[in-house]
Amino acid sequence: MRSAMDLALTREGMSRMTAVRILVGTQKGAFILTADGTRSSWNVAGPLFGGWEVYHVTGSPSDPDRLYASQSTGWFGQLIQRSDDGGATWRPVGNEFSYMTAPGTHQWYDGTPHPWEFARVWHLEPSWDDPDILYAGVEDAALFESRDGGVGWTELSGLRTHRSSPNWQPGAGGMCVHTILVDPTDNARLHVAISAAGVFRSDDAGRTWVPGNHGLRSEGLPDPEADVGHCVHRIARHRDRPNVLYMQKHWDVMRSDDNGETWNEISGNLPSDFGFPIAVHAHDPETIYVVPITSDSEHYPPGGQLRVYRSRTGGNDWEPLSSGLPQADCYVNVLRDAMAVDLLDHCGVYFGTTGGQVYASRDAGDSWIPIVRDLPRVLSVEAQTLP
Amino acid sequence: MIKVVLPQHLRTLIGADHVLQLDVDGIATLSQVIDDLETLYPVLKGTLRDPASRQRRPFIRFFACQEDLSLEPMDRALPTVVCLGQEPLLVIGAMAGG
Repeated sequence: MRSAMDLALTREGMSRMTAVRILVGTQKGAFILTADGTRSSWNVAGPLFGGWEVYHVTGSPSDPDRLYASQSTGWFGQLIQRSDDGGATWRPVGNEFSYMTAPGTHQWYDGTPHPWEFARVWHLEPSWDDPDILYAGVEDAALFESRDGGVGWTELSGLRTHRSSPNWQPGAGGMCVHTILVDPTDNARLHVAISAAGVFRSDDAGRTWVPGNHGLRSEGLPDPEADVGHCVHRIARHRDRPNVLYMQKHWDVMRSDDNGETWNEISGNLPSDFGFPIAVHAHDPETIYVVPITSDSEHYPPGGQLRVYRSRTGGNDWEPLSSGLPQADCYVNVLRDAMAVDLLDHCGVYFGTTGGQVYASRDAGDSWIPIVRDLPRVLSVEAQTLP
Repeated sequence: MIKVVLPQHLRTLIGADHVLQLDVDGIATLSQVIDDLETLYPVLKGTLRDPASRQRRPFIRFFACQEDLSLEPMDRALPTVVCLGQEPLLVIGAMAGG
């Protein structure tokens, strides 16, 4: 468990950080974008793992040189790559993701039982304080843990075997664990989000789980306020407020002030409350970012104008951020894992699009520049703030 | 000696040349060849066959002597000319996806 003093020291360290590394996963490889603390000039390196889908690349909070990447294709399956030198060199580690118990069935799109089948790793979440410990969220929905730097993987099967799991159904992108949050003050407290089952919470390091969806309402469900079955797209938190969670649901932007026990809608004046990513400002837990998308059948910004929306009030009151972003004829999407913030004093915000652009803001969203315009479809963006 | 040609992505992964040469005595099977490949290059585990079921991945195909061996039992002997290294065993990523 971390103390307030630990977190304060961590923040003091942030003020000394002088460079940024952006880790980008795309449909055809990974890219690493680097800049010094001015963030005015960027180096683009890649593609790494060219031709493979890279759903996620991320770094350890406790050792920024330790990186992990999820690399897969439908032809050759899943690999996990690891770097111990900040992405200069990589080596494949373990790729055996075997369900711990008989997989059983979940519901298929038509409601019929469908056997659980491993497809890919969507998201990797390293521990806050040990670079060798990380979690993997996979499709079909399950959570795996590695305690040896990605070499061996063990399923935390209490999630997949939750009593509700035979009724889970996939979202359009598959039935996946796409978000994993580790409480920065208590490693045993975990949240995951599953499309389309919803949020689950564990207080015992992933052994047992309870749904955390009270207050969500999804009109497509037979019971719109069901305990389980909501298409949650992303959840996020600020490290200083572990009990406050923000959510971009299929429709609706939501907030919880009690660690996910209950949720309240904060969509407020958004032009559309459909979207995928949600992110929190590095230094202000009440400042949050979303990218409104027209609708669940029109995955592009309203009016062809790409705008990030920022709330400085923890939701409900939103302002459009458009300076430097295309304001005509723009029909890209921003996927759930493709937005991140850095920890520099003037918080940087980054996002990648399905059109291959990666945009950066050096002023908390007031203005944007494209770091790179023509990458493959961007699947994920992570920001590392370096000494 | 058996000659094996892997798809480009897997050659890149293992940093190998176009044609691999495996030392196999006598008559070999597909299963044996994959075992040897995985021993020589552990990163290939899971890329050609499912690590749990040991069944061929759906988009992996095996060809030799202008024949598709993909649907043959994995423990059936490979053609003699393959086992003698006179014809290569071709591992192909199936054309799919448009």
